[in-house]
Amino acid sequence: MGSLDFSKINWSEMMDAAVSTLKMLGISGIFTIILGLPLGIVLYLWGRSNQSFLRVIYSILSFVVNILRSVPFIILMVALIPISKSIVGTSIGVLGTIPALVIGAAPFFARLVETALREVDRGVIEAAQGMGASTRQIVTRVLLPEARPGLLAGVTITIVTLVSYTAMSGMVGGGGLGDLAIRYGYYRYEKEVMIISVALMVILVQLLQMAGDRLVRYFTRK
Amino acid sequence: MIELKSLTKVYGKGSKTATALSGLNLSIKKGEIFGVIGHSGAGKSTLIRCINLLERPTEGEVWVDGVELTQLPEGQLQEKRRKIGMIFQHFNLLSSATIYENIAFPLRLTRASKKFIDNKVKELLALVGLEEHRDKYPAQLSGGQKQRVGIARALASDPDVLLCDEATSALDPQTTDSILRLLLDINKRFNLTIVLITHEMHVIQSICDRVAVIHGGGIVEQGEVTEVFLKPKHEITREFIRSEAQHDGPLRAAIDASHDGSAQAVKITFLGQKTYGSALSQIARETGVDFAILSGTISTIKDVPYGQLIVRFEGEAGKIAQTIAELTAQGLDVEVIA
Repeated sequence: MGSLDFSKINWSEMMDAAVSTLKMLGISGIFTIILGLPLGIVLYLWGRSNQSFLRVIYSILSFVVNILRSVPFIILMVALIPISKSIVGTSIGVLGTIPALVIGAAPFFARLVETALREVDRGVIEAAQGMGASTRQIVTRVLLPEARPGLLAGVTITIVTLVSYTAMSGMVGGGGLGDLAIRYGYYRYEKEVMIISVALMVILVQLLQMAGDRLVRYFTRK
Repeated sequence: MIELKSLTKVYGKGSKTATALSGLNLSIKKGEIFGVIGHSGAGKSTLIRCINLLERPTEGEVWVDGVELTQLPEGQLQEKRRKIGMIFQHFNLLSSATIYENIAFPLRLTRASKKFIDNKVKELLALVGLEEHRDKYPAQLSGGQKQRVGIARALASDPDVLLCDEATSALDPQTTDSILRLLLDINKRFNLTIVLITHEMHVIQSICDRVAVIHGGGIVEQGEVTEVFLKPKHEITREFIRSEAQHDGPLRAAIDASHDGSAQAVKITFLGQKTYGSALSQIARETGVDFAILSGTISTIKDVPYGQLIVRFEGEAGKIAQTIAELTAQGLDVEVIA
């Protein structure tokens, strides 16, 4: 065990990796929300529908979501390499990891959305129905605003989860801080790089969680 | 205005079913305040929720203002529901929206203009006396204030009917009375038909014109509140009224002691202006009979004065009979109880 020498770290490479991580997070986060939010709403609506046809669809969808959530991300990522190639043309680098990140995180986020919507007071939904609101109006004017704190908490949890997913994607050439930590720290025994990249990720997660909590508190009216 | 025909609601399927309503019929007139009273589990909540089809009846028809609701397609039902306001025991306000936005909510569901909405909401805030709370959130208000918001919201789309689902059950007595006064006020001002369900006789007595007593999924007694309240026929109705005035203990003993030929206990019911008349003492003086008042209530039902006294007459049997006959001739209701 030699002493730590941080002077040999290539800071510009570290910077590039940090930017890559943020890019991956940003892009995959946006697509996760775009896919996961409607999926969560649909899960919520169909799960409590009184039409048996929709409840069957719900069971199937719910089953698919569970499968996607139970496959370890590292395996999902490898399995999705051909799909990534066909969607974005590559399976490596920032771009190549996005499809896997989104497919891994969207079902997770959808479940959080479904749970948050279930927390909305049934009475308030009934009151809106009684006032002649359509299903679409109930979703946009009652469910989403009333569940906002829960949804924001879900977004925070999902993005924090995505941080660790981006790190894992380093294993298959994804780029970013995780990639750096694995390549230098694990394969080349350069502990310093690993420590710094892990520390950056810890800071990132802390900041994300704090921002998320703050938003949740801001929108909580109960 | 509202006509419920052989309404039946069965919950569950197969062997595990519970019948909430069984072939219930009810007719509510335009502009009246109609109360439905019953114990919990009697089906009253299901009944009121069937009127705007928040609960779909298993069988039967729901007519509101000449339209049969159960046959309407979804879009037309939504249209019709805008004309049926509803308030709830737990208020059911949007916790994420301000008081102003809560009241504006039903109007935002339609294509109403911003200006129209703003005018309407301000008018309603004034009506329920919450102008200074317009930018607060429901969690910052008291129960009574929340129910006022609920009422303002229900009135926003100018409904023909207001349904009150245990609207005062979560409130303390003073707040209950102020909400009841507000309901009576809007009933008179807008000639709004109000249907309310409750388990409190006090609520019925304060504001209702007619009442139906629901038990076991059916109506066991209905009529004018004065009629039902002063002359209850069904056991369940008596239970609700007895909880208002207890007839036991020393009173029971005093009534039972009136058997001996020189005394007789009677229940005298006064209604309307006779309540404030002096018929009892006049007639007693004429016939020379003494009387003792054992128990009694003099109050009002909505705005009709009434009195119900349990009186023991003392004197010759013939004189007592004459007294009772003369009281009856004066239009009072006299019932010999011992």
